Amino acid sequence: MQGVNGFMYPNEVQLQWSVLIVLYPFITGLVAGAFILASLVRIFHVEAVRPTYRLAMLTALAFLLVAPLPLQLHLGHPERSYEMYLTPHRTSAMAMFGFVYLWYLMAVLVAEIWLDYRRDIVIMSQSATDWKRWIYRVMTLGSSNISPRALEIDDRVGWLITLVGIPSAFLLHGYVGFIFGSIKANPWWSSPLMPVVFIFSAMVSGIAAVMLLYMLSARLRKEPIDMRCVDTIARYLFYIFIIDFSLEMLDLVHRIYEADESFRSLDFMVHTRLYFSQIILQIFAGTLAPVVLLGLAQVVKLPELARKRIYGIAGSLTLIGIFAMRWNVVIGGQLFSKSFLGYTTYKMGLITREGLLMAMLLSLLPLFFLWVLAKLLPPWYQEQDAITAAG
Amino acid sequence: MSNFRDTGHLFRFAGIFVAAILIFLAIRGWLVPHTFGQYGHYRGAALNEIAAKPVHFAGHQSCETCHADIAEKKSSGKHASVHCEACHGPLAAHADDPSIQPAKIDTAVLCAQCHETSAAKPKGFPEVETASHSNGVSCETCHQPHSPALEAGGAQ
Ligand code: HEC
Ligand code: HEC
Ligand code: HEC
Ligand code: HEC
Repeated sequence: MQGVNGFMYPNEVQLQWSVLIVLYPFITGLVAGAFILASLVRIFHVEAVRPTYRLAMLTALAFLLVAPLPLQLHLGHPERSYEMYLTPHRTSAMAMFGFVYLWYLMAVLVAEIWLDYRRDIVIMSQSATDWKRWIYRVMTLGSSNISPRALEIDDRVGWLITLVGIPSAFLLHGYVGFIFGSIKANPWWSSPLMPVVFIFSAMVSGIAAVMLLYMLSARLRKEPIDMRCVDTIARYLFYIFIIDFSLEMLDLVHRIYEADESFRSLDFMVHTRLYFSQIILQIFAGTLAPVVLLGLAQVVKLPELARKRIYGIAGSLTLIGIFAMRWNVVIGGQLFSKSFLGYTTYKMGLITREGLLMAMLLSLLPLFFLWVLAKLLPPWYQEQDAITAAG
Repeated sequence: MSNFRDTGHLFRFAGIFVAAILIFLAIRGWLVPHTFGQYGHYRGAALNEIAAKPVHFAGHQSCETCHADIAEKKSSGKHASVHCEACHGPLAAHADDPSIQPAKIDTAVLCAQCHETSAAKPKGFPEVETASHSNGVSCETCHQPHSPALEAGGAQ
């Protein structure tokens, strides 16, 4: 059969999980990572990265809104898929994810964004004109109390929510790793390290994404980039990247040393079908290159322009690398036979429900959401000062 | 009381939450069938609905009451363990009323379903590559469906 080498069981020839299932952990990872970056400001008081606080929160929200879409498209049947939440089963990881998701969306992200923006919302509900005024009016929930005491209470409650939010973000993304790590029939996935690796790679990708979005938005708005902020973000990115990389290497060393019955087959796969996406894209281009670049910026004193370029390149490579990692996990885990005697190929559709076009659309959708959110709730601090002046 | 001063907006926000949960519970109560969970994690009434469906298979004991000759022949051959309706398809209607004629079988399709060579089949199961084995000649020219082994005196 074309695309199949060696022996495959009949139900293994075609992949069940498509590129959309690659996108799904990638997107939730960006959410969790962006939120962790925001919590640096709130909980860990890293004041230097404050200019990205609101942007990070809005990014997390925009991506979180898109996160369930790839799953829904993969499953089909929107007319009955919600039933999973009406009568959830305790043993269904997917049903439980829905509640983790809703909790994270409503109790953490929306609540925190609302509290943080409340003062601006109240001021804008008085200063904005026509239909926008109505939107802000609804968002105030009918309370225009922005007395210093009320704002201080908001701040404290927001802190508490972030505190709850950090484990929630870990839960949200650790859970995605758990879905793979807990499949004991698949040696490529089955590993208790999986959730941990997923969380750290999520942080890496989310931080890189917010850093890129911040630099890009500053350029589009023709504003200077706050270098102290980007330097700090890059430094944290570097640290977390190193942890992430060592965890992944630990997993690798463990697999090589253990060399169980699946090892020869998986090893062969990494050297053939996954060579480009795993060795070249994920490890060299997507991990080692950005780590070296970011490390260089830490060690050598470089001029501003060079640092900007390095951060831009390293950030983009990071996103490519993390996407490749998700690809290698999801697609790689389905390319080999459980008999360890054969390999199949993934053939991606173009204009199908789970094809390439849909995947690209779903990757652009969060950026569109972010644009709408940023119009409604401007995350730029200069503008915020203007609002304060108006109020 | 003064402790709650300036927290009104928080209660409004929490109120939306509580309202959303209540609405969810209301919708749930309305949408989930009332026999759900009666016996287990499924709709209890489904059992009766399924039981009320018409039966399609008669079972091999039923066939054997009228076709004793074939049952006997089959029981001594290699297909002893294969039940009548595995090949003839569901025939409850025919068992109730023999004037309903069972459909003819296309052996080229039927036999290959079980005997086509495939590495996934257990060792020792008789397999052939139908294309080269019979060259398009229908299987029952040489094998008797009810007693297929040739050397066992099953040849026609
Ligand atoms: C009540 C008795 C009865 C039962 C039970 C019964 N049959 Fe029949 N069957 C007959 C009779 C009588 C004929 C002959 C009808 C005719 O030639 O018109 C027949 C004919 C057939 C034929 C077609 C014969 C031909 O010449 O084409 C097949 C095949 C068949 N039965 C299979 C089955 C199977 C399989 C079952 C079990 C699900 C079954 N029968 C149960 C009485 C029965
Ligand atoms: C391995 C598959 C297979 C099994 C099992 C099987 N049959 Fe058949 N049977 C056939 C085929 C093939 C024919 C050929 C007639 C045709 O073309 O429909 C046939 C023909 C018949 C006929 C009509 C011709 C004849 O030989 O008299 C009857 C009656 C019949 N089967 C009854 C039964 C009964 C009763 C059983 C169960 C005891 C049974 N069959 C089990 C495949 C099978
Ligand atoms: C529902 C599956 C099934 C179908 C359909 C079926 N068979 Fe079989 N066949 C079996 C099984 C099971 C055996 C017994 C295997 C064993 O002895 O382990 C068998 C055994 C045989 C054997 C004996 C092989 C030997 O060991 O000598 C022959 C020949 C054979 N079948 C031919 C046929 C032909 C011809 C047809 C089509 C009329 C057919 N089979 C349809 C399941 C099937
Ligand atoms: C031209 C006559 C002929 C036809 C037609 C024919 N066979 Fe055979 N078949 C044989 C002979 C002879 C044997 C026994 C010799 C042997 O074991 O190779 C046999 C053996 C078999 C066996 C047992 C193989 C084993 O390894 O034990 C199976 C199964 C079988 N045939 C299935 C089929 C099927 C299915 C068809 C229809 C697609 C078919 N045969 C058509 C002559 C035929």
